[in-house]
Amino acid sequence: MMPPQRRRSLAGPLGLAVLTLIALTAALAPLLSPHDPMEQDITRRLLPPVWLGGVPEYPLGTDGVGRDVLSRLIYGSRVSLLVGLSTTALAGLMGVSLGLAAGYFGGGVDALLSRLSDVQQAVPFLVLALAVVALVKPGLLNLIAVLTVTTWVNYFRVIRGAVLAAREEEYVWAARALGCGDARLILRHILPNVAGPAVVVATLLMANVIIFEASLSFLGLGVPRSLPTWGRSVADGRDYLVSAWWIALFPGLAIMTTVAAINLLGDWLRDRLNPWRRR
Amino acid sequence: MGRYILRRLMHGLVVLAGVSVLVFALLHVSGDPVAVLLPLDTPPEEVARFRHQMGFDRPLPVQYLFFISRAVRGDFGYSYHYRTAALPLVLNRLPATLRLTGAALAFSVLVALPAGLAAALHERTPLDLSIRLAVLIGQSAPGFWLALLLIAVFAVRLGWFPVSGARGWRSLVLPAVTVGSFSLAALARLLRAGLLDVLAQEYIRTARSKGLSPRQVMIHHALKNAAIPVVTMLGLQVGFLLGGAVIAEEVFAYPGMGRLLVSAVGHRDLPVIQAFVTVTATLIVLVNLAVDVAYGWLDPRIRQG
Repeated sequence: MMPPQRRRSLAGPLGLAVLTLIALTAALAPLLSPHDPMEQDITRRLLPPVWLGGVPEYPLGTDGVGRDVLSRLIYGSRVSLLVGLSTTALAGLMGVSLGLAAGYFGGGVDALLSRLSDVQQAVPFLVLALAVVALVKPGLLNLIAVLTVTTWVNYFRVIRGAVLAAREEEYVWAARALGCGDARLILRHILPNVAGPAVVVATLLMANVIIFEASLSFLGLGVPRSLPTWGRSVADGRDYLVSAWWIALFPGLAIMTTVAAINLLGDWLRDRLNPWRRR
Repeated sequence: MGRYILRRLMHGLVVLAGVSVLVFALLHVSGDPVAVLLPLDTPPEEVARFRHQMGFDRPLPVQYLFFISRAVRGDFGYSYHYRTAALPLVLNRLPATLRLTGAALAFSVLVALPAGLAAALHERTPLDLSIRLAVLIGQSAPGFWLALLLIAVFAVRLGWFPVSGARGWRSLVLPAVTVGSFSLAALARLLRAGLLDVLAQEYIRTARSKGLSPRQVMIHHALKNAAIPVVTMLGLQVGFLLGGAVIAEEVFAYPGMGRLLVSAVGHRDLPVIQAFVTVTATLIVLVNLAVDVAYGWLDPRIRQG
């Protein structure tokens, strides 16, 4: 085996910087937006971006009912980040604790949870989320709940595997021989081993969750209509693909940039947390 | 080998039994199924009659047994919206979706293979960088948006392909590219990483020092070993392909079962949703069974484990 070798890569820090910018935009949305994202002005509909003959008042143009594209873009980051972060955190809490329990205690709990995760893997996340979203009331909290219970298995599988490996380490046996209890053993000796994989799963999952939320919003599901989202803005531009392409183009670019930044950060973290994998 | 296949088959059946519980539970996620199925202003006596008629006043295990005994016979009830049996409605659209996902898979493998190979062979050159950038874009661009871009450029501006529908192979191209792009990126990336890992191994150096050309080393030694994780990945990609097909079918008005799902979700057409989830899960279980069997055949260690 070759010795671990760190390559200096700008991709990870770049991803982090872009994400920080997007998070700042979301936090400061009311200060940054030139207009109310829901305000319609029929007299100023379908204005092109300013460099294509639009007006400086609407830098990225307006949509089919005269709403400011830039303001909707800025506010849209809020839903994407909120849903992405909270789903990733809640699914992580659920998946990591259940993965720890299943991997550490084994037996019936493990068998049951593993079958459950097999079952969930047999249904595509998007399909399951669509099916459940159809039946619950639309709303941010319900959407986050649905996405959490459809994605926790991502953590569960990885964490369970990592625990199974860590459980057989000599220092774990040593700690047990010294009379260390289950709770302490899990928290002090096993949890640190699975933190790295959990962080890697979290970044990859967050990228996917943001795409899921955007897809559901695009289909008009999940997030209530009163909130501007990137997915719904793309859907708004669907009827104007040729005549007013800016309506659909910019929110799509925003989703892509956010997800790409998370992916870059995730790859970088994976390399850092796993010294034996250089690439 | 026979016992191994039998074991995997049993596992598949257990998973499908679990899926049936999940599908049954869908009706109850919202709390009261009657509230989902009937309009809000239904008079109370009407609600009570409906509850009794549908069996919702019985204990849950009884309701499940009733559900599963009909489901194994292919009876998921009637679609609320189309007023015909739900399962045939889904199955009739299955071939179109299989054509789409098949084309998407073929597209992603056919492009990912040379792309991953070229990137690994020319590591850290402009070619490698541009392939990696394309991979990043493919992984990050949402399918519905990519679909709209493709429509705007290739269907409307250039007029090479139809905007929507399913008439001939031309109407399959843009949806297949949309659905396949995510898998394409994932496969190309995995292949590149796998090849680079394998190329750093001792036996590759041995093969090189024997005087084999880089091309021979790549094909005979590296590609075979790098293909193993790629095959595993293909099994996992089926779920992503079917999920992606739902979006692409909706955008391209492609008459597959994914479009049916979206309309069923809009109408809260539960029997169709339940039939769809069951059919999709069965497909995925079958594909995974095939991958498991292929694996056991390729690698004797697995079938003994």
